[in-house]
Amino acid sequence: MTTVATKPVRRPTGRRTGVSKPSGWWGLAFIAPATIGLIALYAWPFVSTLLKSFQDVPAFGPATFVGLDNYTTLIGDGDFWKAFRNSALYTVIILLGIPLAVVLASLIEQVGRGRAIYRVLFFLPVVTLPVAIGMVWRFIYNGDFGLLNYVLSWFGIDGQFWVADPRFTIYAFGVVGIWMGLGINLIILGAGLQAIPKALYEASSLDGAGRVRQFFHITVPLLSPSIFFVTILSVISALQMFDLLFIMLRGVNNTALTDSKTIVYLFYEKAFVQFDQGYGAAIAIVLLMVIMIATALQFRLQRSWVFYG
Amino acid sequence: MAESTVRRTSRARRGGRTGSTWPIHVLLVIAVVFMVVPFVWQLLTVFKTTAEVTRIPPTILPADFSLHSFETFFSTVPFWSMFAVSAGSLVLRVAGQIVVAALAGYAFARIPFRGSKVLFGLFIVMLMVPSQLFLIGQFQLIRDLKLLDTLPALAIPGLFSAFGTFLMRQAFLTMPGDYEEAARLDGANTFQVFWHVMLPMARPMLAALAVLTGLYSWNDLLWPLIVSPSGENRPLPVGLAGLQGQFGTDYPTLMAGALVCSIPLVIVFLALQRQFFAGIASSGLKG
Repeated sequence: MTTVATKPVRRPTGRRTGVSKPSGWWGLAFIAPATIGLIALYAWPFVSTLLKSFQDVPAFGPATFVGLDNYTTLIGDGDFWKAFRNSALYTVIILLGIPLAVVLASLIEQVGRGRAIYRVLFFLPVVTLPVAIGMVWRFIYNGDFGLLNYVLSWFGIDGQFWVADPRFTIYAFGVVGIWMGLGINLIILGAGLQAIPKALYEASSLDGAGRVRQFFHITVPLLSPSIFFVTILSVISALQMFDLLFIMLRGVNNTALTDSKTIVYLFYEKAFVQFDQGYGAAIAIVLLMVIMIATALQFRLQRSWVFYG
Repeated sequence: MAESTVRRTSRARRGGRTGSTWPIHVLLVIAVVFMVVPFVWQLLTVFKTTAEVTRIPPTILPADFSLHSFETFFSTVPFWSMFAVSAGSLVLRVAGQIVVAALAGYAFARIPFRGSKVLFGLFIVMLMVPSQLFLIGQFQLIRDLKLLDTLPALAIPGLFSAFGTFLMRQAFLTMPGDYEEAARLDGANTFQVFWHVMLPMARPMLAALAVLTGLYSWNDLLWPLIVSPSGENRPLPVGLAGLQGQFGTDYPTLMAGALVCSIPLVIVFLALQRQFFAGIASSGLKG
């Protein structure tokens, strides 16, 4: 790796006062690529989405300013509220996976040999294509010859059309979502567990505390900042769910699809299938607000349960 | 090395109390069964015939071991060209983002310049905005540049990332300044200091960022879906989704496709586990 400095700027040598600070021009040169990209591909698109949400944008021809029309349409749009409800329900189900992740993380932390194997196995869904995961689960959920209904039949439980029946669709997605996200949560929680002083466990077991007691009185409170972080991340990603729905409802009967859309799916459909970008932009802005409110709410709630030692 | 000592001591301390960890293993193995059953079922299905899959009750093991699923998949789907698109876009995104983010992160961390704080604030704001808010504008830019259905279209937005810049800044912030000063005393200019001294020290974070970017690039569905309207230059996720539409009920072929398209990244993960875990853990810095 032979490197030639791109700009042979001579700095004044022989300054006695010590090392000269790099000049600001270097800073600007280093920052230029990232900044140009950020402005052209992130900051400007963000502003343009915001502007478009106040415009009627036909697929061809100039856009016209329509004020809050897109937003008032949105409020009266039954599809939007359905999508909102679906995204919220999916997010709540995903949250139920967090206690599970905390228990599993603390169990993994307690084993010596084999810890690496457990981590790898729980992580496999994270490195598997989400589209592939959707296909596999769709097959498992199949109402006629899916694995799930077969297993349920052992216990005398009647099978269902888990994906095609809108009563179950979001719950079926939720189970897959928990399964998919476990690996990531375990890694983040595992890092948090490493930071808990082992002496606390020693001392408490000398006092006769069992594992369950230790879990509730040491692990959970001391891990709460990590749990909080995992919760924030999970909510943000759950509110953006798209892939699973896209793949699992392809070609399924219409009621399941119309009844099970999420906010991001509706956004995709409006902005990039029907090319109603003004309305799509309004949905995106509402998504941003939903995520901001959900996050702010959690930061308020954390005061009552997160313990910063 | 270091990890194994830690592991031993923590085991001695915690497991040592009761002397056995088998109840924990039992619980974990039950959980692992739930984790791997879908994959096992997929593997078993791949070797069945289409007729066998629709049998009720289902057979567990393939009755007559068949490879028709792979044959159907490879003869109807241009797997290698999709793979090349996925891999090409991944390489571009990872390489581009690492260079761009490392340069900017270094400047934000170690070079004082006017407007640095305001600019960094802009990066942080963009970090908090969900990606869907950028899609309409990004699509428009790609369309105006006449890049729809091309490989660069897939890669361009991913070259830049507020998150990557933030991550690299954190890495450079925590480094001691001594080496930098020593190099500067030896007459190195800012770029040389960055390239020869600081960047090598940031290698673990670079690896973590590379892995995160690669994972995201490989799995991404929505962006490729938007910028490949004609279906040309499709990466694997889009092609696989098309397969679902085409072979709706040929489950062995669908499962074979899902398997073949997922395997490359799983292999990379098995080889680079540590970097993957570090990458995920470092996303914790985001908070």
